[in-house]
Amino acid sequence: MDGFPILSLMMAVPMAGAIACLFAGANSARWIALIATLVDLALGIALWANFDQGGLQWQFQEYAPIFGKFAWALGIDGIALMLIALTVFLMPICIGASWNAIQKRVGEYMAAFLLMEVLMIGVFAAQDLYLFYIMFEAGLIPMYLIIGIWGGADRIYASYKFFLYTLFGSVLMLIAMMWMVHEAGTTEIPALMAYNFESGAQTWLFLAFFASFAVKMPMWPVHTWLPDAHVQAPTAGSVILAGVLLKMGGYGFIRFSLPMFPEASAQLAPLVWGLSMVAVVYTSLVALVQSDMKKLIAYSSVAHMAIVTVGLFAFNQAGIEGAMMVMLGHGLVAGALFLCVGVIYDRLHTREIARYGGLSINMPRYAVLFLFFTMASVGLPGTSNFVGEFLSLMGIYQASSWVALVCTTGIILGAAYMLYLYRRICYGDQVNADAAAMPDLSGREIWLLAPIAAVVLWMGVYPESFLAPMRADIHALEARLAPAAPAGDSKIKMGAPKPAGEAHHEEVAAHGEAH
Amino acid sequence: MIDSASLLAVLPELILTAGGLALMLVAAFGGDGSARIVNWLSVLVLIGAGLALPCSLAHGPDAFDGLMRADAFSAFAKALIYVAAAAAILLAPRFFSVDGHPRPEYPVLILFAAIGMGMMVSAGDLLTLYIGLEMNSLASYVLASFMRQDERSSEAGLKYFVLGSLASGILLYGSALLYGFTGTTAFDGIAVALGDGVSKGELFGLVFLLSGLAFKISAVPFHMWTPDVYEGAPTPVTAFFGSAPKVAAIALTVRVAIEALGPAGLDWQQIVIFVALASILFGAVAAIGQTNIKRLMAYSSINNVGFALIGLAAGTPAGVAGTMSYMAIYVVMTIGAFACILQMRDADGKPVETIASLAGLSQSRKGLAAALAIFMFSMAGIPPLFGFWAKFLVFDAAVAAGLTALAAFGIAASVIGAFYYLKIIKTMYFDEPAIAYEAKGGAVENIVLTACAVVIVLGYLLNPVLDKASAAAAASLF
Repeated sequence: MDGFPILSLMMAVPMAGAIACLFAGANSARWIALIATLVDLALGIALWANFDQGGLQWQFQEYAPIFGKFAWALGIDGIALMLIALTVFLMPICIGASWNAIQKRVGEYMAAFLLMEVLMIGVFAAQDLYLFYIMFEAGLIPMYLIIGIWGGADRIYASYKFFLYTLFGSVLMLIAMMWMVHEAGTTEIPALMAYNFESGAQTWLFLAFFASFAVKMPMWPVHTWLPDAHVQAPTAGSVILAGVLLKMGGYGFIRFSLPMFPEASAQLAPLVWGLSMVAVVYTSLVALVQSDMKKLIAYSSVAHMAIVTVGLFAFNQAGIEGAMMVMLGHGLVAGALFLCVGVIYDRLHTREIARYGGLSINMPRYAVLFLFFTMASVGLPGTSNFVGEFLSLMGIYQASSWVALVCTTGIILGAAYMLYLYRRICYGDQVNADAAAMPDLSGREIWLLAPIAAVVLWMGVYPESFLAPMRADIHALEARLAPAAPAGDSKIKMGAPKPAGEAHHEEVAAHGEAH
Repeated sequence: MIDSASLLAVLPELILTAGGLALMLVAAFGGDGSARIVNWLSVLVLIGAGLALPCSLAHGPDAFDGLMRADAFSAFAKALIYVAAAAAILLAPRFFSVDGHPRPEYPVLILFAAIGMGMMVSAGDLLTLYIGLEMNSLASYVLASFMRQDERSSEAGLKYFVLGSLASGILLYGSALLYGFTGTTAFDGIAVALGDGVSKGELFGLVFLLSGLAFKISAVPFHMWTPDVYEGAPTPVTAFFGSAPKVAAIALTVRVAIEALGPAGLDWQQIVIFVALASILFGAVAAIGQTNIKRLMAYSSINNVGFALIGLAAGTPAGVAGTMSYMAIYVVMTIGAFACILQMRDADGKPVETIASLAGLSQSRKGLAAALAIFMFSMAGIPPLFGFWAKFLVFDAAVAAGLTALAAFGIAASVIGAFYYLKIIKTMYFDEPAIAYEAKGGAVENIVLTACAVVIVLGYLLNPVLDKASAAAAASLF
């Protein structure tokens, strides 16, 4: 695969599909979109298979200086690889979820989704600062159209809010990027990651980037666009929003804020912790009182993303690995939960929780899968979210035990609102006759949910597959952050070191175990 | 002294003059029936003038002892002006044929305006500047009131004339003051005189001069004529006003600011910064409530001029290059947008101008809606469309010149502007269909539209060329 532009190809396939969809009829557009996303999934698997763990930090690099002031520069490390894998995995599922639900303007719909895929891969693969920005911002256009055209009743308000909120957050980041490029004299992200900006400037730069990523993440108090966007977006739109778009914020922190401005990150970490603590407790409580299923899951997303931010700003390997795992896990689980909502929404056309009840009687297969994803969202051991949340909280405990204490309540509150939601939908009496008459999952719906369930389980039982590609990159990040990292307050007492030979032996054993 | 080098340096203007005069005779003797042939011949004349640009460059930069300049800067601006003028001619016949027939005077007037604009961007002296400006304005006044029977058109012409004359007076007064205090009307002479400090009289002259120019580029606080003129003028004329004279006036302002007033940079920089920010903010906020698409485009042009001026505010070669690139991209977006607006015709072929009538366009006219959406997103500065790059260049220059706060403020204000562009897209894509438009557009309109849309979508590939051309243009001023 040496020198083969696989990343460009992964972007070209959906792009070609998008253009074809614009001119195709409804049914052929569906098939074109499905085939394009499946081809991309296959390419994504090939990408992962050819990724050399423990090899060079940046792989599959491409460089073509065709744009004057910036270049078509692509390349990935383990972190980007995982997020691209998540993207290409969720996309065919999104197309499948829209198969019957979308009946009007199918060609344009599929084109918007395929364009979205191009841009998401572009965001994670870009190695040029301005290319990243262009991909990052361009995603607004298809998402604005997806929410606005195929959304619910209040879709126009939601689409405006989504667009203007995220645009306003991002433009200041652009000014900061320009300043950085003039200062460092390069637009290449790897070079900028190693550049030491003077600490006074770092604070400003950090704040400018923070404005963008905090909105995208979203962090409290700039999260308010998310519930609106989620509720109004069509099911697949919500899946992609929760599954991948929110991860761009976390990716931004890992790729830009932390390595480029380590001192400012450390200095402003208490701000991030504070906002995250509020988010975990506040949005969990808000989720508890929602009567709209999608809104509830949207608020739970904000709470989960707060666990990501504390993990990232723990400044240690465990925290950052945990944050990445939460991002991947949440991408799958929240996506699956939105699909579960979509399944019953397609049947009854309401998201009102009270309109359902006792679904485990007439929809047993649905109830099983929904329960599985509910448990995964709560963070039950054996599912993906447990690994991530545990590592994140362990990481933050080393940095600040108080933050860890407050954020851990998120797991308890999470269990409360998710189980309460599940009880109201699947258990109890079948009070509504129309809900009681709903048919169980169709074959198509099972095929959408089952792969996610399998991966969630895989991630929970054997997380090493997902941690291994990222380990070296996160280790490099930790090393970059080490000089600036704030001293922890947990005063962890390490056991007395054993003689060198024995320790080595144990390490080998642990290593063997992990495989 | 009239010598052959000077004449060759103004060859594009000579071609336009000869062509314009000849075509006027054709129009006079041929009557309305000659409109079609005059249209196409005018475009040919413009192409000829464009082809003469390298020749004029070769014999520049100074012509007629510095009264005119034929340098890379003027060539860049003239190329844009000719393209925009040709587009305005090509887009017109269909519009004018709705009531009655197209008239052959229209393309001739545009040719005369183009001569004036060519002189504006080539001016090396305050008097050349004034003559060029007036020549362009005179043609523009007539063009604005070109539909004599239409009340709004006549009103637009009159308003434009009265306010335009006032601005010319202010400009002339500023020139007189500068001449009085520096003893010369030549740009380089003024620069030399300003080099030893700016006296009060010179400062007054500078302020008046810039005020007059601000009127011509329709920058806040001298913008008030723009919405009325844009709305009242026939739509192809509005398309013309929005593109070619804008380029000419901006280029003229840049040349005066850098070549003549360069040593007084700190004095005009604050004026330009204020005007830029005020235009961005006012253009964005005032556009929100508009219901007429031509009025909206007028506010949009005010808004865009503000962004273009940010490059000038930086005062560096990169800034000037940014401003010129901005204008190049802006011209493409404007022509494209107006090619869409011209297609807003109801089933009987009558032009419609309300934004509400666009409702549901994405279902009845997919291609048209997609093109207009591309131009609107581009004007809002959303990547990956080329309009983003225009903004990027001027902000980048401002940041490089240390004006980070200006850039941050300007870009934040661009989000307000994004709102009203989004409103048009929302109307086309999210709303239910309202009235039915004509089933398909004219061939020429569609060709212009497609060409502009392709440039806007794939524009980044042109970056190396654009960077080189605009850098050469900027370098010739410093």
